[in-house]
Amino acid sequence: MRLLIIEDDREAAAYLVKAFREAGHAVDHAGDGLDGYALAREGDYDVLIVDRMLPKLDGLSLVRSLREQEIATPVLILSALGQVDDRVKGLRAGGDDYLPKPYAFSELLARSEVLARRRTAATGSGEATAYRVGGLELDRLSHRVTRAGREIVLQPREFRLLEYLMRHAGQVVTRTMLLEHVWDYHFDPQTNVIDVHVSRLRSKIDRGFEHPMIHTVRGAGYVIRADEPQPS
Amino acid sequence: MNPAASPPQDGLLARLGKIFRTTAFKLSLAYLVLFAVLASLGLGYVAWNARRVLDDQIVSTIDAEINGLSEQYTAGGLRRLIAVVERRAKEPGASLYLVTTPAGEHIVGNVSRVSADILARPGQYEGYYGRGSEPDQSDHRAIMRVFTLAGGFRLLVGRDTEERDRLRAAIGNTFGSSLALVVVLGVLGGWFVASRVLKRVDDMTETTRTIMAGDLDGRLRVAGTGDELDRLAQNLNLMLERIGELMRGMKEVSDNIAHDLKTPLTRLRNRADEALRTAETPEALREAIEGVIEDSDGLIRVFNALLTIARLEAGNAPESIRRFDVGEVAREVAELYEPLAEDKGMSLTVRTEPNLILDGNRELVGQAMANLIDNAIKYGVRSPEASPQPVAVSAVRADGVIRLTVADRGPGIPEEERGRVLDRFVRLDAARSRPGFGLGLSLVSAVARLHGGSLDLADNGPGLAVTLSLPAGAV
Repeated sequence: MRLLIIEDDREAAAYLVKAFREAGHAVDHAGDGLDGYALAREGDYDVLIVDRMLPKLDGLSLVRSLREQEIATPVLILSALGQVDDRVKGLRAGGDDYLPKPYAFSELLARSEVLARRRTAATGSGEATAYRVGGLELDRLSHRVTRAGREIVLQPREFRLLEYLMRHAGQVVTRTMLLEHVWDYHFDPQTNVIDVHVSRLRSKIDRGFEHPMIHTVRGAGYVIRADEPQPS
Repeated sequence: MNPAASPPQDGLLARLGKIFRTTAFKLSLAYLVLFAVLASLGLGYVAWNARRVLDDQIVSTIDAEINGLSEQYTAGGLRRLIAVVERRAKEPGASLYLVTTPAGEHIVGNVSRVSADILARPGQYEGYYGRGSEPDQSDHRAIMRVFTLAGGFRLLVGRDTEERDRLRAAIGNTFGSSLALVVVLGVLGGWFVASRVLKRVDDMTETTRTIMAGDLDGRLRVAGTGDELDRLAQNLNLMLERIGELMRGMKEVSDNIAHDLKTPLTRLRNRADEALRTAETPEALREAIEGVIEDSDGLIRVFNALLTIARLEAGNAPESIRRFDVGEVAREVAELYEPLAEDKGMSLTVRTEPNLILDGNRELVGQAMANLIDNAIKYGVRSPEASPQPVAVSAVRADGVIRLTVADRGPGIPEEERGRVLDRFVRLDAARSRPGFGLGLSLVSAVARLHGGSLDLADNGPGLAVTLSLPAGAV
């Protein structure tokens, strides 16, 4: 994906640019709000990563201006501000996701990839009614899940968990992303609560099959992949 | 004298300028002007009134004399009138008399010169006249009345106004000098008050300067007069007190952070160090680095928790307030933790009343619930060997307060420790061996305060019951 990072802290920006490039993405960088705005208007980016506090034009105003220009590139807002309603303000200004500093890069990477994917998916016909990953199928209308034709009975929450994983098949999703989208809470679960849910789901999905589909990515989160090992 | 100690000339000027610019001085000046204007008006009125009364008196005396004289004339003719006028004109005193022929020629009287216009027409005048007996021939001012007697003879009776004019001059002089006195006293008074106020303000400025320079223990002097400057000083002192408290709180927190983050940071460093020294295969290195990342994530988590608490203590933001059902949040969070409890063999029961509507921050209440349930699952076991105990979550309303309670059957917390565990980074000895940073309850407590509620720890006999009380109409 093609990213634009708008961040005035040189060191942080250099680290992000390098890290995203290593993850195989094309990255541009702008050091202040005005440069960022100009680049974001002209360039064709999949995701914008915008720091909340920027010289010349602050992050929220930047996003608001872009939205007024009907530029719908997904925006992830980074913020070190200490207000309770930062997140609400960020999303209200037109941001698509929000990450408070300090954050783990794996979290930022996972969220950016999901946002970029959402953009490409949005050009299609909206949300699919069914997902298929390898031999695993999930029908959102009939709430049925089958793997290799065998029906798997899931609890409602497990169903939503699987649905989210499958919608982002092949992409890493973090624990906080799962908590946000499956449970609709935006806090950091203190212990391994999400892990327990995932391992329950995993036991239902992967039990009796040779190749597991739900994988743990250490230090990042989870990913669901087709059950046949990818030829590498 | 030490030249540095003597104030230079422009210093004095500056000080004068400062006094003139004080509110006290300006107010004194304004009152002075107002007082002078009012006093002038009052005195002017008195002077005008006195003159009117005197004039009336003069006029009525003149009228009485004219009446008397014209009666003499009617009774005894011109001869008698002349005789009477001649006698009266010689009396010491003020009255003026003149009798003339119809053509205006003097017959008798003590007025030697008077304007022909006055004599020509009968009536009352205020004008100048000359006295026959006086050598200097100067004019005097008088109120006169001219009366035409039967036969065309003119009778003039008048009264010198010198006394009246002298009174007026006296009043004017008195007024002038007292006004001058008032102005001088007013300016001096204003000066005095202003310099006193200025001195106190200068004292305060001096003190605040030393406080700004870093001496936070300095306090403004309160004179004890209870005036507005005192009240200002008292309020500023209270503010300083509060600032001092906040500073101490902040210092405490940063000390705690420094202390408690050192442990995980050291662990992180050691792990990296060890990997550098001992890891020989790429796999081992990779594993070590992954461990390092995990440790860093833990640190980030601590920072985020600290930041959240700090944010909560800075106050709520109206944009994050919305209406939600607390019972639903309790059920959702309990459901989130249910598998975790089950894995530990604990049962997690939830009991909620319907319609526990609260205007508040759903995220934070959810997070608080999560922390409480997390704690109950972590610490609700009396000993590793003991059989798992149930954890009960309940949400009820009583007297307009929504009570969220998480009760476990673990060892509980001794009463004397209950207040302490709400502080940041406090971990009781029993908890030291388990993961965590001692921020969970601090955060719950901050959420309670933010919603105008409270957090209570009680004995669950046995175990611990933690209740988060939120006023139903909160925030």
